[in-house]
Amino acid sequence: MEKEITCIGCPMGCSITADIGKDGKINSLSGYSCGVGKKYAYGELTLPKRMVTSLVYVRGTNKPLPVKTSAPITKSKIPECLGAIRSVSVTAPVRVGDIIIKNVLGEDADIVATGEII
Amino acid sequence: MRNVDIIIIGGGPAGLAAAVSAYESGCRDILILEREEKLGGILKQCIHNGFGLKMFHEELTGPEYAKKYIDKVIAYGIPYECDTMVIGISDDKTVTAVNRVNGVQVFKAKAVVLAMGCRERPRGALAIPGYRCSGIYTAGTAQRLVNLEGIMPGKKVLILGSGDIGLIMARRMTFMGAQVLACVELMPYSSGLKRNIVQCLDDFGIPLLLNHTVVDIKGRERLEGAVVAEVDPETKKPIPGTEQCFDCDTLLLSVGLIPENELTKMAGVRLSESTKGAEVDESLETSADGIFSCGNVLHVHDLVDFVSKEAEKAGANAYRYVKGDMKKTGGGVEVKNGYGVSGTVPQFIHPESMDEPVNFMFRPKGVYKNAEICVEAGGQRIYSRKSRILSPGEMVNVQLSPEVFKQVPCIEDVTVKVEA
Amino acid sequence: MFDVIIIGGGVIGCTTARNLARYDLNVALLEKASDICEGQSKANTAIVHGGYDAKPHTLKAKYNVTGNGMFDKVCSELDVPLKWNTSLVAAFSESGIPKLEELKHQGEVNGVHGLSIIGRDEIIRREPNISRSVCAALLVTNGGIVCPYELTIANAENAAENGVRFYRNAPVTKVEKDGGQWRVQSGAGTFTSRAVINCAGLYSDVINNMVSENKFHIKPRRGEYYIIDKSYAGTFNASIFQLPTKMGKGILVTPTVDGTLLVGPTAEDIDDRDDTRTTSGGLAKALKFGSATWEHIPMRDVITTFAGIRAHCDRDDFVIGEAQDAPLFFNAGGVESPGLTSSPAIGEYLADSAAEKLGAKAKKNFNPIRKSIPKFREMTDRERAQAIASDPDYAKIVCRCETVTEAEIRASIRRPVGARTIDGIKRRTRAGMGRCQAGFCTPATIKILCEELGISPLEVTKFGGKSKMLDRYLFDKGGGNHA
Repeated sequence: MEKEITCIGCPMGCSITADIGKDGKINSLSGYSCGVGKKYAYGELTLPKRMVTSLVYVRGTNKPLPVKTSAPITKSKIPECLGAIRSVSVTAPVRVGDIIIKNVLGEDADIVATGEII
Repeated sequence: MRNVDIIIIGGGPAGLAAAVSAYESGCRDILILEREEKLGGILKQCIHNGFGLKMFHEELTGPEYAKKYIDKVIAYGIPYECDTMVIGISDDKTVTAVNRVNGVQVFKAKAVVLAMGCRERPRGALAIPGYRCSGIYTAGTAQRLVNLEGIMPGKKVLILGSGDIGLIMARRMTFMGAQVLACVELMPYSSGLKRNIVQCLDDFGIPLLLNHTVVDIKGRERLEGAVVAEVDPETKKPIPGTEQCFDCDTLLLSVGLIPENELTKMAGVRLSESTKGAEVDESLETSADGIFSCGNVLHVHDLVDFVSKEAEKAGANAYRYVKGDMKKTGGGVEVKNGYGVSGTVPQFIHPESMDEPVNFMFRPKGVYKNAEICVEAGGQRIYSRKSRILSPGEMVNVQLSPEVFKQVPCIEDVTVKVEA
Repeated sequence: MFDVIIIGGGVIGCTTARNLARYDLNVALLEKASDICEGQSKANTAIVHGGYDAKPHTLKAKYNVTGNGMFDKVCSELDVPLKWNTSLVAAFSESGIPKLEELKHQGEVNGVHGLSIIGRDEIIRREPNISRSVCAALLVTNGGIVCPYELTIANAENAAENGVRFYRNAPVTKVEKDGGQWRVQSGAGTFTSRAVINCAGLYSDVINNMVSENKFHIKPRRGEYYIIDKSYAGTFNASIFQLPTKMGKGILVTPTVDGTLLVGPTAEDIDDRDDTRTTSGGLAKALKFGSATWEHIPMRDVITTFAGIRAHCDRDDFVIGEAQDAPLFFNAGGVESPGLTSSPAIGEYLADSAAEKLGAKAKKNFNPIRKSIPKFREMTDRERAQAIASDPDYAKIVCRCETVTEAEIRASIRRPVGARTIDGIKRRTRAGMGRCQAGFCTPATIKILCEELGISPLEVTKFGGKSKMLDRYLFDKGGGNHA
């Protein structure tokens, strides 16, 4: 089947079309105008990943703590990841880089604090 | 009255980088004046990532990027006052500020760095007709409410403006449980990064309506709906019969950033009509002696990395000025916006006395494919580079060394232009 | 049980309240909205009219001229900004000059002094930015500008300090005779009173028609405006009118006491009294006609637009005084322009009439003086230091566009008839009225409101009712998450 994505490598935003077989493998790719686009398209069309940033509940206050995944995670798992972040809470003190959730959803990435609470 | 060598107005990314740079250049009498409770400026609420790729070769979130500079400010012991609003500045660099701890303070600075950032264009400025109900926020105000105060402004959201702030908030609101119905954009293209279109709209199936705008607001007390219509690409006027109403309780506006130059005007500094920021020369000094400007208050940037680079220059030059090391003669040569170019900074250069590379930064007026960026001086072409794509959403940076200018005998003006 | 109930908390109602407070009377004011000054009084051109425009021998003419003469005293006592900047009625073609003569004559019949026709050169000398197609103008030296909401609020605060009770969120649903009293049913309960004064503006007909057979009807007439940034202060000095039409005084370009400029109002008959929407057609009209006076209205410096609705009466005049068939029921009906200008005179007349009928005695300790919240932006550095020394909240600037401090915002909530909403704070302090239109100060203003009133941010409204500002917390205070 045919799938189309927009390359995010540069403002050209080339529209890249891929022919994807039943097994999910890419049979052909067209529309990219540079190597960056080709590489991005392969990744994005086989296993798209995203960095996720969100907010965590700090006990005793309504002010949230910003967090992020330490590495990109599988795009389809974003809702689950947000759910995992929602289900936890932290208390002061928290420093930038502190691990809030280790190995979230088995994705080889942690949820780490990007802000601090003193 | 307290004497300070360099006063930096604003403790956001520009002010912080300027302070660190001034210190690293040797200055030991710096004071940062910041109106919020903490340093960091707008970065405090930008909890998404994408900052620092160019500066630190890392992808950081806003607070992490700010921390890199705040840690240095603290390590260097650079004095700063938070919760402090600068309420006055004169062209002789007398700065008046007010805070709870010290009341009204008057400082006499040898040099001032203006780093006040920018504000958002509100609904009123667009004169969108309809009721003046609650539920209409600029994207940045909503971002602050969500990310710093932990409060959601609404449930069903429409976004007007596809600049990066609007796109980022589309994702943020979706992540935090709201329903984002669409992003409406007046122009035929988005000024935001392609990456944000994909990761903030496409990823969530949020439609981007180009050539559309909001023409009416429904809901007497709280927003109940926004009427969106297609516009004529030439005249930007709504096309009758194309109206559709989106049921929403929240409208977020991402329709323009305006440098906050109230203080700049107070100091009698000349402003540029095209950038809405101060007119500066290659050292980022304004028309007032010893007053420098950098960051979004000078011209609205896309990447904070370039804000930092620019502010470094301003901070270093502020110290050079303090030491008496700035050698310039006269007002300099005007830098003109040629075809396809708008808002070039700096607006003036001194080719004879330039001793470090100058960065011409400008915004393309439209979308140009396979065009050439050119710089002409004294009737000669001194620079050109091809670009596959130029668009208003991405500021262009052209760096030229002093030698390039010294090779041209008689420079009366400089022109930066696009050849399509 | 009250001696007098005033229905309506606009400039007429609040002025009447203040005047009644001079007497030993038990007075209450019922306002239907969440705050006083939510109707016409907050959305008008803010002009103190010279008095040439009203038809002779009408109540409009009478109260306009009398009211105009009272403004110096009232604004001085109540500490309200007032500027006698003069008015100019400009004709942009020769054919308009006879109309100017007509207006001058009409003004003189009404008892207005200081009217003269001036020529093009003189106009341009006074107003260098006026359109060059101007031919002649009527110069009105007793024309001025005032802050209409500060005037309304100041009257209310002074009335409250002198004993008047204010009930907000109190829409009146019924007024009827109950023996020798009036019984007034409202959202704040049922009250009885010896006298009732109807100052209900756009609903003054509804209230009157409940008790009197001498009915009148309000035909709402909407006017739309642009507000131009105060960086253009000084572009015009006088309030520049165009020739009046049968719909009203036409579209003005006028400075305000805050340094901003207004372009408007249009005049459009509508059905819904509460339809305060601006419309693309109306705004376009305001610009089109406004540009006859100001050729290049700076669209990039528009800070906002708004609409006000005039309580135009089918009698084409004010309805002032005791209803003939309803003793001790007094009307201030159909008070549209020049209502603001007329307000000191109407308020005084109604109060004195009611007091006389009730046989009331003057209050010995009535204090006519009201001081406004000290404004940081108007202080010298020395005064600022003193203000901060006595109240450190003066050191925290919340609204940076209008330089409004936390102290002023807290005061606006704490004062009598204080603010309970975002718009209430806005009208009492100017916080949120500047060029960023509350983008910067809103989070802080919400916080202060919550602290002062002991409410949650989720309860804060823009102007009461359903105008909630926020939706929910990301995280529950109690410990659960419900993002």
